[in-house]
Amino acid sequence: MEWITKNRWIVLPCTLFLLFIANLSLGSVRIPWMEIISILTGKVSDNPVWNDIVWDFRMTKALTCVLAGSALSVAGLQMQTLFRNALAGPDVLGLSSGASLMVSILLMSQVSGFTTPFAASPWAVVSAASIGSAAVFLVIAAISHRLHDNASLLIVGLMIGAATASVVSVLQFASKAEEQQPYLFWTFGNLGGLNWLEIKVLAIIVLIGTLIGIFSSRSLNAWLLGNNYAHSIGVNIPRSRFLIILSASMLTGGVTAFCGPIAFVGLAVPHLVKMIIKTHNHSVLIPAVLAGGSGFMLLCDILAQLPGNNYVIPINAITAIIGAPVVIWIILQGKRVSN
Amino acid sequence: MTTTQDILAIQTRDLSIGYQDNRVINRLFENLNLTLSPGALTCFMGPNGIGKSTLIRTLAGLQKPIAGTVEYIFKGSPPENSNSSISLAKNVSVVLTDRISTVNMNVYELVSFGRYPYLGWGTRLSEEDKQIIQRSIDYVQIHHLRHSRIFELSDGQLQMAMIARALAQDTPIVLLDEPTAHLDLNNRLEIMNLLRKLARTMNKAILVATHELDLALQTADIIWLAGFDRTIVTGIPEDLVLNGTFDNIFQFKGFDLKTGKIHHEAHRKQTIHIEGSGHNYLWTRNALERCGFSFGGETATHTIIIDSEGATVQWRVDNSHRFNSIQALIDHLLHQSGN
Repeated sequence: MEWITKNRWIVLPCTLFLLFIANLSLGSVRIPWMEIISILTGKVSDNPVWNDIVWDFRMTKALTCVLAGSALSVAGLQMQTLFRNALAGPDVLGLSSGASLMVSILLMSQVSGFTTPFAASPWAVVSAASIGSAAVFLVIAAISHRLHDNASLLIVGLMIGAATASVVSVLQFASKAEEQQPYLFWTFGNLGGLNWLEIKVLAIIVLIGTLIGIFSSRSLNAWLLGNNYAHSIGVNIPRSRFLIILSASMLTGGVTAFCGPIAFVGLAVPHLVKMIIKTHNHSVLIPAVLAGGSGFMLLCDILAQLPGNNYVIPINAITAIIGAPVVIWIILQGKRVSN
Repeated sequence: MTTTQDILAIQTRDLSIGYQDNRVINRLFENLNLTLSPGALTCFMGPNGIGKSTLIRTLAGLQKPIAGTVEYIFKGSPPENSNSSISLAKNVSVVLTDRISTVNMNVYELVSFGRYPYLGWGTRLSEEDKQIIQRSIDYVQIHHLRHSRIFELSDGQLQMAMIARALAQDTPIVLLDEPTAHLDLNNRLEIMNLLRKLARTMNKAILVATHELDLALQTADIIWLAGFDRTIVTGIPEDLVLNGTFDNIFQFKGFDLKTGKIHHEAHRKQTIHIEGSGHNYLWTRNALERCGFSFGGETATHTIIIDSEGATVQWRVDNSHRFNSIQALIDHLLHQSGN
């Protein structure tokens, strides 16, 4: 018993593993458990279709869940710490707003008269979203050097979000319903559409972003004491802020580019993890949030597939349904969080 | 008397501080040439809003001066690169008025932030770090609180923890901004005595910004007194009291700093002569002064004789009435004057 209380963190990887297997075993085609495990161990199944389903559909989707969930959660944790604000999430800097703007222009551009010749290419949406996120990141990075306090940065992020939302709504207003549908589907978030190449690209982005985050663990801890104290214990304020923004932007921008704007995960997971692991230390929190975010996303994806064989609920609906109660809980606990 | 350079801790040269907002410069102090010495408790006093916190932040390197320089002169080795935030953090620690608002952090963890300038890449504390943290906690006598969460502490306990954090940083210079604000008398005394002990026993240069006159006058070795003409006058407290510097700056309304008492107008006709000594005499006189009586010699209207035997004290008025308390005595005198 004592060993379990001492090593409570072990719960996270175990749950994660179980969720991963459960996620793989669910789908519109029923494949026996034993068969899945034997396919995973490298054996070729008697039914070649099952082979393809497990490796090219379910495995890619489960891996996307892991990448997206962990990336958004780490980005959310970083933003909550940097801004010392319990309600900050990965999208507070306005990155997903920038991505939405570019994607909406791409998908609804018939309105403005010019048709984008490469709109049909599978990489078009990814490129547009990346360009949008990157542009917002450059603006934020340039501003962060001039601003002394982080709260102003938060306001800039919110303003970028409001401005892009208005442009998007003008585009929607001017376009026909069938032209809006692809954009609408994109905003629902999609974890299933990635091929192996896309997963590799996303994995590299997430890996680099996470490594910068882990490298910043110590200064993230210091940021908890606020700007002045962080400076007084030797943190290089402009450099540290830039690295944290860079890391969060890579993680958020990467996931948004490939999966669309996935809401609530980055906000809710850090709080859920801090409920289980009561520490402020980011050397512990970042690995825990990586595991927690992956698990949360896998769980949401499992729930999205529950209603029936051929019907999948949009992932953002699920994350919000689980995420919203968490946000309410945060507000109810607000006395302890913000005082 | 030693006047060699190696006993200096901070030397400012023609320092001007304040805020620069676009092209408008708001100067709070100009042409400061101050010396902060080790082994002494220096109290920086001045009315609220005059710029005490700004000077503390500027001396701590958290804010850039408008003109002039702050030089740090340390024993033995000259600082190789005094502009690097790490080397500054090893020499100057601060206790600010910024609020700490982290949920999952206990006192030990808070104090351990003091070791951040000495850590390598990660957040792992060495045995030596742990010893220094433990010693700092013991020094301010909050050993029993080391596992308490920050938000459970009283203001006084939190302030002690913040001082322990500064001690753990192991710097020759400690700068504190209003460390006794919002504390009761006992806590204020405890903190000032602790700081003085630190200066004496560890030969640290300690600067405390405060507006608490009585406390500073009785504990400070050196006073820096901020005036309204953007200058700072320095000296030992007694000199500044006697030469009227305090009176000029604080513009006391009915308070006589030289006697440490509030001035009372004698508005009654009766004069009193008191025979007695020690504390009984002093407090009887205080009470009568406050009630507007003046004092005369043998020819006074009333003569009060204080008889004390051990713990029991009796007041005898005109050899006819006896009272067991000053209140009863005054009631009697007021009754007489009413007739």
